[in-house]
Amino acid sequence: MRQYKNKDNVQRQAYYSDRFFVGPQVPRYDIASDDIFSKDLAEFREKVNVLDAFIEHTHLVLWIEKDNLFKAAELLKTELEYDMLIELSAIDYLATKDGFELFYEFLSLSKHKRVRIKCFIQKEEKVESLTSLFKSANWSEREMYDMFGVKIVNHPNMKRIIMPDDWYDHPLRKTYPLQGDEAASWYEVDKIFGKDARDIIGPEQRDPAAIDRYDTTRFARLGHEVPFGMDVSQFEPETPISYEEESGNTLVKKLKPEESVVLKRRK
Amino acid sequence: MQQPNRLKPFFENINFEREDNTMTVNFGPQHPSAHGQLRLVLELQGEEVVRSRPMIGYLHRGMEKMAENMIYNEFLPTTDRMDYIAATSNNYGYALAIEQLLGIEAPRRAEIIRTMLLELNRITSHLFWLATHALDVGAMSIFLYCFREREYAMDLIEAYCGARLTHSAVRIGGVPLDLPRDWCADVLSFLEVLEEQIGIYEGLLTENRIWKMRLENIGVITPEMAKSWGCSGIALRGSGIKWDLRKEMPYGLYPELEFDVPVSYTNDSYGRYKICMAEMRESSKILKQLVPMYFESKIELMAHAPNYISAPKEQIMTQNYSLMQHFVLVTQGMRPPVGEVYVATESPKGELGYYVVSDGNPYAYRLKMRTPSFQHTAILEEILVGLQLADVVTIIGNLNIVFGEIDR
Repeated sequence: MRQYKNKDNVQRQAYYSDRFFVGPQVPRYDIASDDIFSKDLAEFREKVNVLDAFIEHTHLVLWIEKDNLFKAAELLKTELEYDMLIELSAIDYLATKDGFELFYEFLSLSKHKRVRIKCFIQKEEKVESLTSLFKSANWSEREMYDMFGVKIVNHPNMKRIIMPDDWYDHPLRKTYPLQGDEAASWYEVDKIFGKDARDIIGPEQRDPAAIDRYDTTRFARLGHEVPFGMDVSQFEPETPISYEEESGNTLVKKLKPEESVVLKRRK
Repeated sequence: MQQPNRLKPFFENINFEREDNTMTVNFGPQHPSAHGQLRLVLELQGEEVVRSRPMIGYLHRGMEKMAENMIYNEFLPTTDRMDYIAATSNNYGYALAIEQLLGIEAPRRAEIIRTMLLELNRITSHLFWLATHALDVGAMSIFLYCFREREYAMDLIEAYCGARLTHSAVRIGGVPLDLPRDWCADVLSFLEVLEEQIGIYEGLLTENRIWKMRLENIGVITPEMAKSWGCSGIALRGSGIKWDLRKEMPYGLYPELEFDVPVSYTNDSYGRYKICMAEMRESSKILKQLVPMYFESKIELMAHAPNYISAPKEQIMTQNYSLMQHFVLVTQGMRPPVGEVYVATESPKGELGYYVVSDGNPYAYRLKMRTPSFQHTAILEEILVGLQLADVVTIIGNLNIVFGEIDR
């Protein structure tokens, strides 16, 4: 029987895990332990519903509903002085929860603090673009769409950013194959020469060390030099490497390793 | 509408049917002064840029995907390939993020060596930036001078770790090697040369009429724009915002070190050039402080955290349990605590952040790299509009974008 493979997550997995191993957790702290954060949170709670809030590794993490995202970002920017949107992206939980976790990293230049807004969206749900508030969201949201397929509404230029426009699937999803993506492996051939050229060109050789020793059109063969394109499958002439003699050329001297010196320092 | 015939071919980049007659120019992705694989689609009105659309993705190697499929130590050399002009800054950012996830700290001597490498990298990066930027603007000799000094700095790094460009000289938990003998003396003599040379560069450029005409009031980024577009590093400090993560949210040894953060209030390319020169001097100041600190520190290079980091070689070869643990860490990989961290460091280009989500497995569940150049390329959409075509080259050079970092 063929071995069962989980199609939801085709990424590499640990090949051995101790059944009884319970890993530790990155410590989380109470909000009350930080004055600035507790003040911010109180103000934040008045306007936006907070599902969960804690401090994890110096960042204030706020879980909110995805519909409040724009309101929350606006509040952070205008009232709480978190004036930079540093980073945003998604995390793929399609296999376990059928959706994505989105995170938005904010930085306050005046308070020297960082806040992370997190929300969860279902697979087909859309989120509001933050580009009108923070222009840095423009490209980051495009990247998020490109890599995960998270749809954004009200974005000024919603196009793929890194992958080509006609690329199939979103590469950072856990279901995206690491090997054996048929469309991806023929993408360039199909695009430039057409599908008919697949047979002529053949699959891409991905092994950088692979060398066909009889291929005289692409490789110089040291010690066995022949004219370009000659067939050497039957006969390989030997052309030993020889150096210029002292009498031959006045400018070129024969290297004598025993007379050469290695400099200790650069002159 | 165009009516092509044999004498008048169809021009696909001229919009004749429109009133304003703009011309669309494809700048890149193989343009020598695009500093990598940048494609800019420019709409020109005469020589003036009316609209610009930067396009990226030509150097995409899927590093975030690779990170999810490699154990933490295995991924470290890949980070070299992001900002390949200053590889240690990437290695360090990654190592620091994982260390904070694990809750460990590198020993003092390791931290000193790392900081030395970081500052040397900052110098090489700034030298490279100045060289290529000046070359784009038309100052050929600066390019040759800068590359000479950069070569000395790279020799130093090569003497330490054996690599010139992709160092991987930092490990999670410390550094693998101590400095070679006389290395510190070499660094000091290099700094002497460098400081003298910076004076020469400044003599050639700072008051140079052509240089000033090409840079002053070109590529203006107002403070509001800088914040909104998520600028960091020199682009942010060039807009009059005194923000250097080494000072404002310090990490590693930086709280102990004395240095200034140069700022410019002119918002233009010339101000950014001035900051860059000042920063090289500051880096040199930091390196000079680090040398005595190095000699005072104890010889200890890797953190002691048996769950995550292999014991020293001597211990592995003599103690059974260390060998077993080492075997597990190499074959299976370390299993960090469950949780998320975002750790940002000040790379030569700006804020370089690693957001790591761990689910307790030896492979990161998600690793997002926040790279400064990505946002600095996005801003080209806005700041190129209204400038001349020749200024496009100046600004691309001035923003110091590196494509390994943008496409990842």
